[in-house]
Amino acid sequence: MNDFDLVRKNLFRRKLRASLMIVSILIAFMIFGVLAGFYRAFTAGEDAAAADRMITVNKINFTQPMPIAYFNRVKAVEGVRQVTFANWFGGYYQDPKNFIMALAIEPNTYFDVYRSEIDVPPEQLQAFIRDRGSAVVGETLAQKWGWKIGDRIPLNSNIFSQKSGGHTWDLTIVGIAKGKAQHVDTNFLLFQYPYFDETRSFGKDTIGWMILQTTSPENNDRVAKTIDAMFANSTAETSTDTEKAFGKAFAAQFGNIALIVLLVVGAAFVTILMIVGNTMALSIRERTREIGVLKTLGFSGPRILTMVLGESVLLALLGGIPGLAIAALIAMALRTSLANIAPAFAVSPTIALQGLALMIALGLITGIIPALNAMRLKIATALGRG
Amino acid sequence: MTAEHPMVRLTGVSKRFTKGKETISIFDHLDLAIPRGDFVAMMGPSGSGKTTLLNLLGGIDRVDAGEIAVADHRIDGLSEGELAAWRAANIGFIFQFYNLMPMLTAAQNVELPLLLTKLRSKERAERVHTALSVVGLADRVKHRPREMSGGQQQRVAIARAIVSDPNLLLCDEPTGDLDRQSADEILSILQLLNGELGKTIVMVTHDPAAANYAKRVLHLDKGRFVERELAA
Repeated sequence: MNDFDLVRKNLFRRKLRASLMIVSILIAFMIFGVLAGFYRAFTAGEDAAAADRMITVNKINFTQPMPIAYFNRVKAVEGVRQVTFANWFGGYYQDPKNFIMALAIEPNTYFDVYRSEIDVPPEQLQAFIRDRGSAVVGETLAQKWGWKIGDRIPLNSNIFSQKSGGHTWDLTIVGIAKGKAQHVDTNFLLFQYPYFDETRSFGKDTIGWMILQTTSPENNDRVAKTIDAMFANSTAETSTDTEKAFGKAFAAQFGNIALIVLLVVGAAFVTILMIVGNTMALSIRERTREIGVLKTLGFSGPRILTMVLGESVLLALLGGIPGLAIAALIAMALRTSLANIAPAFAVSPTIALQGLALMIALGLITGIIPALNAMRLKIATALGRG
Repeated sequence: MTAEHPMVRLTGVSKRFTKGKETISIFDHLDLAIPRGDFVAMMGPSGSGKTTLLNLLGGIDRVDAGEIAVADHRIDGLSEGELAAWRAANIGFIFQFYNLMPMLTAAQNVELPLLLTKLRSKERAERVHTALSVVGLADRVKHRPREMSGGQQQRVAIARAIVSDPNLLLCDEPTGDLDRQSADEILSILQLLNGELGKTIVMVTHDPAAANYAKRVLHLDKGRFVERELAA
C-alpha cells in the first residue's frame, strides 16, 4: 500500500457518490472536447492562413461579385507578387443534399498561390490547364464519392444555370489534390472559370473574390489601401484584408463561436465546480475523525493536504479523461458527415492537453478548501477531545 | 538509571483552556515521572484532565508552561511537523473507538504508520504480520473493520500502535466500548506488551477492573494527582 492507494480507496469508499461525480465531470469534459473541436474546425482556416496572402472581395459582402477586369488591375499593383481568383458555384452531386464545395477558379494561377498547402502532381495540373471541362478534386472528396482520375461527373448548381437552361456541368476529373499538412481541408472541387463563365446564363465576366500574394507581409497594409482606393466610388467597391482576417470574418457568420464555447463550457464547469467542491467538502468533513487519526499516527499536515488534493485531482482525471475520449470518438464519428461545414472537426492533441490542464485545475480548485481545512485540523478537535 | 531517565517526565506543566471569556486551568505546575517499562493506569472523574494529559504526552496538545520529555527528548518546543515525525517514531495510540479506516483491511490499517517510514513493501508486510500475530489476528489480515467484532477491531488497533515499535503506548479508554471478556483479552495483550516486550504504557480508564491490569494507578482530580498506589 502507498499514499496513492489510500487516496484511491478514500475516493471510492462511497462508490455511488464517486460514480455520480465522475459522470458529472465526464459530461462536462465531453462537452468541452466537442465544442473545442468545433471551435478548432472553424478557426483552422485562420491558423492555416499565410501571412502574405490577402483576399479582395466586394465591399458590400463577399457574396457580391466584382468585374473580372479587376484581376489585371490588381496584378499590376506594386507589392503584389501573384493574383488569382475564384467564384462560388454552390454545387451538389446527384442530390441537393450532397453539397459540394465547388469553385470556378483561374486555372493558371490558383494552385500557384496555394502551393504551400495544396499539392497537385505537375502532369495533372497541366491536364487541368489544357482541358476546359476538367476538374481537380480534393483527396477527401474523391475518397468520399469514390472518384478517380478519368471519371466524368455531373456537377449541379443550386445558384447558376447554363445558357441552355440546365443546371448541370459535366466535368472530367484530371487531378486529385492532396493537402500538404494535416489541417488542410481537401473536401473541394475546382474547375475552370473560363468554362463556367462561358456557359453560365448570368453574371458573365464577374468573379467572387481575388486571392493575392504580396511581396512581403510588411506590404500588406499598403497593398490593401492601394487596391481599395483604386476601386473607390466604382459600382463594385472592394475590401481587401489579410486571409486570416477574412477567415475570422467568415467564421463569425456562424456566430461568435468562441463565446458560445466559453459560455457553455463555463456554465458546465461552474456547475460542476460547485457540485464537486461541495461533495468534496462534505466527504472530508465526514472523515474528520479519520484525518485526526492519521495525524495522530504521524501524517503531517502538508501530507494530508497533498492526499486530499490528490483525491480531488484523481476524481477530475477519472471523469475528464474518459469525457475527452468520448468527445474524440464523437468527433471521429461525425467527421465525415460534418466534412462540409467543419472539416477539421477533431479533438486535437492541443485540445487534449488543454483538457488535461483544466482537469488538474478543476481538481485543485475543488479540493483546495477541504484540503486546507484538513491540513489545519487540530487532532484534539478531530478526535472530539478538545 | 530508570529514576534518572524516566520514559516520561513532566516538570511544572501548566495547561489552560479558554471557554468564551472564562479561562479554565487544567494543570498548574504539574510534575510527573513515569519510569521506562511502567504500566500506569490513570483514573479520575470526568474533567479531571486525564485525556488532556494523554494529549500532552502524545504531542497532540501543547503546554502553556513547563517541560515535557519523553525518552529524554523534549517535545514541548517542537513544531507541528517535528511533532508529527516524533509521534510516528515514538508513540503508539490506542483509542476507545478503535478508529480504524473502514475501507482498509486489517493488514492495511496496521500498515498505515509504516507508510511514514522508509521500509520496503516486503519489510512492511513482515512487520504487519508480526504485529497481527502478537494480537492473535494473523488469520484476519484481509478482513475489513465491519467484518470484525469490537474486540478484534481493538486488537487491530493495538497491532497498528505497536507495528512501528514505539517506546510509549498511550491508551485512551481502550476497553470502554467492549464487553468484559473482550476487555480482559485486550488488557491481557497490553499486559503482555508491557511484560514481554517492555513497552511503557499509560492508560486512561474509568474501569477499576481495567486499572487492575496496570502496575500503578494514578488518580487525577482537578489537575492534581491525589493518590498514587501500586496496583494489587
